[in-house]
Amino acid sequence: MSAIRLSPAAAILRHGVLVLTSAFILVPFVWMVSLSLKSPGEIFRATFSVLPAQFYGVDNYAKAITSVPLPRYMGNGLLVCALILAAQILVCAPAAYALAKLKFWGRDFIFAMVLVGLLLPHQVLSLPSFILCYKLGILNTYLALVIPYVVSPFGIFLFRQFFRKIPDDIVHAARLDGLTELAIVWKIMVPMALPAVIAFSIFSVVAHWNDLFWPLIAVRDGHLMPAPLGIMAFKNEEAGNDYGPLMAASTLVVAPLLIAFLAAQKWFVEGMTGGSVK
Amino acid sequence: MSGIAIRNIRKSFGATRVLHDVSLSIADGEFLTLLGPSGCGKSTLLRILAGLEVQDTGSIEIGGRVVDGIRPKRRDVAMVFQSYALYPHMSVAANIALPLRMRRLSRAQRLPLIGRWLPGSGPVISGIEMEVSRTAEALGIAHLLNRRPGQLSGGQRQRVAVGRAMVRHPAVFLMDEPLSNLDAKLRVQMRAEIKDLHRRLGVTFVYVTHDQAEAMTLSDRVVVMRDGEILQVAPPQEIYADPNDMRVAEFLGSPKINMVDATMREPGLVDLAGSALPVACEIAPGSKFTVGIRPEAFQFAEHPGPGVITGSVRMVEHMGSDLFVYFDPCGLEHPLIARLSAERAPHIVAGQTLHVSVRPDQLLVFNRDGRRVRARDVSRTNPSTPVREWA
Repeated sequence: MSAIRLSPAAAILRHGVLVLTSAFILVPFVWMVSLSLKSPGEIFRATFSVLPAQFYGVDNYAKAITSVPLPRYMGNGLLVCALILAAQILVCAPAAYALAKLKFWGRDFIFAMVLVGLLLPHQVLSLPSFILCYKLGILNTYLALVIPYVVSPFGIFLFRQFFRKIPDDIVHAARLDGLTELAIVWKIMVPMALPAVIAFSIFSVVAHWNDLFWPLIAVRDGHLMPAPLGIMAFKNEEAGNDYGPLMAASTLVVAPLLIAFLAAQKWFVEGMTGGSVK
Repeated sequence: MSGIAIRNIRKSFGATRVLHDVSLSIADGEFLTLLGPSGCGKSTLLRILAGLEVQDTGSIEIGGRVVDGIRPKRRDVAMVFQSYALYPHMSVAANIALPLRMRRLSRAQRLPLIGRWLPGSGPVISGIEMEVSRTAEALGIAHLLNRRPGQLSGGQRQRVAVGRAMVRHPAVFLMDEPLSNLDAKLRVQMRAEIKDLHRRLGVTFVYVTHDQAEAMTLSDRVVVMRDGEILQVAPPQEIYADPNDMRVAEFLGSPKINMVDATMREPGLVDLAGSALPVACEIAPGSKFTVGIRPEAFQFAEHPGPGVITGSVRMVEHMGSDLFVYFDPCGLEHPLIARLSAERAPHIVAGQTLHVSVRPDQLLVFNRDGRRVRARDVSRTNPSTPVREWA
């Protein structure tokens, strides 16, 4: 497909729209970073400048790290995200393989149920999940943060779409070569669907790193809180007026995601455009 | 040792019946080709042999052992796929080694990184590496072992697929149109290599193709299939010269066999394309049937006469040693094709009148159902001498 040449007016208009929409998304971030570098007095000044008049960053970031156990919260987040992601891949890949490549009675119905699961927001399930965790006696533990997310309909759907594009002959060859069905999943399908796995990982990690709603319900112990919940605790503690350290903490929480996304951007795009992978 | 017996296999996909009661026995070390147009069930039969599909009824025996319900990896068969089905994320060496690793190493020994250092795995792994490099050398792909399949040409991928199949010394080789993704020149070369491979390994080969040239050149016996049925099983020469069924005669041979409607005038003489030709089989006078004449069965004749077909030439194709002459005998809707030797036939041009003769034994007679009527079959169809069935 050749690029379509736009007239200068149309090009300006198009870029204008793009700049405006990206500004909508980027301004809060820039503002956050900017506030995290300013002194309390400057934050509430009527005029706005991106760069601080008086560099207060060191104090804000030091306070963010020391006044609440932010490293602990981030460590919790990391642990929970890693556990969720590992469990999700462990569950989704075999399930998606079965839906994509095996023939069994009721397969289409089960896949329809997966699609229904895809439509349900997690908040709808929070009450049943809470009761489940209560009955299992795992409330206020790491497990309570992980268990409700172990089965991801989105992961099953994404993997299934990818696995379906892998030719049946490869599965047949693997069976003849002596691989068990599970070995086919882990040795053949998952490596061949690596872009999808990486794209899914990014989605999963972003969603659960930023999740506030469920941890708020599931854990009360400060030692178990993931980062967003920790930031909230921070805000309460500081009575809501010490925005500099709050924004510094927020910046620190968001930073790992930005870095991870930039590092994996190539695979992310590839995974989302699915069919282009041979 | 590793012959195959296929008994009464039936298979349907939903409402579509793919195989109707197919039975076949394959000798140990034989090169057997399943030949037929696409959709005739030949690939399905091969997949049933491999255990990748399950038959609805019937039974398969490989090497004297009934293998129904036995998983593909326990059947001692290897398969080469049309798409090669190489694992794109593994190197050529890893592709070829995988069947051996799965068979010789325990689950723990196959673990990445750690497996190599577990007790007992060292010698096995180096044994596998040696066999992989020996196989690669035999196929001329030793220099490609570290590449990925995506970096190889079609012919090289094909060799890797063959290597992966042969490395574990299976009793039976199954090949599903392995050459159809290659260009014409490479196909001829690989055809010779497969023939040579069969000679060296001496194991049973079952080869699926829709290409008659592959079937004719490679096989000990050819199985012609159509619509889920076996039409004929015979050595290549026989299947060409002595087909059982009109569909077999039409599928084999290029240019295609001429099929002409004919009427029996009197015993031993048939009305065909405006001429009376002597024919070897005895059919009741007045009955209608079809006669098949291979293009090369026509002989150039100087003059019209008894047993000579006459027509005007529509088109001539020069093929070097041969001429393909399309001519219209009177009373026929479609032209006949004659393959005449360029030396023996003088300069033939479109529009001229052509005389050709045919030897009586080269007329293939088919009845209304498309079944072949042979000279020796006559006594059997005669109601006065019933054939006794020994049950």
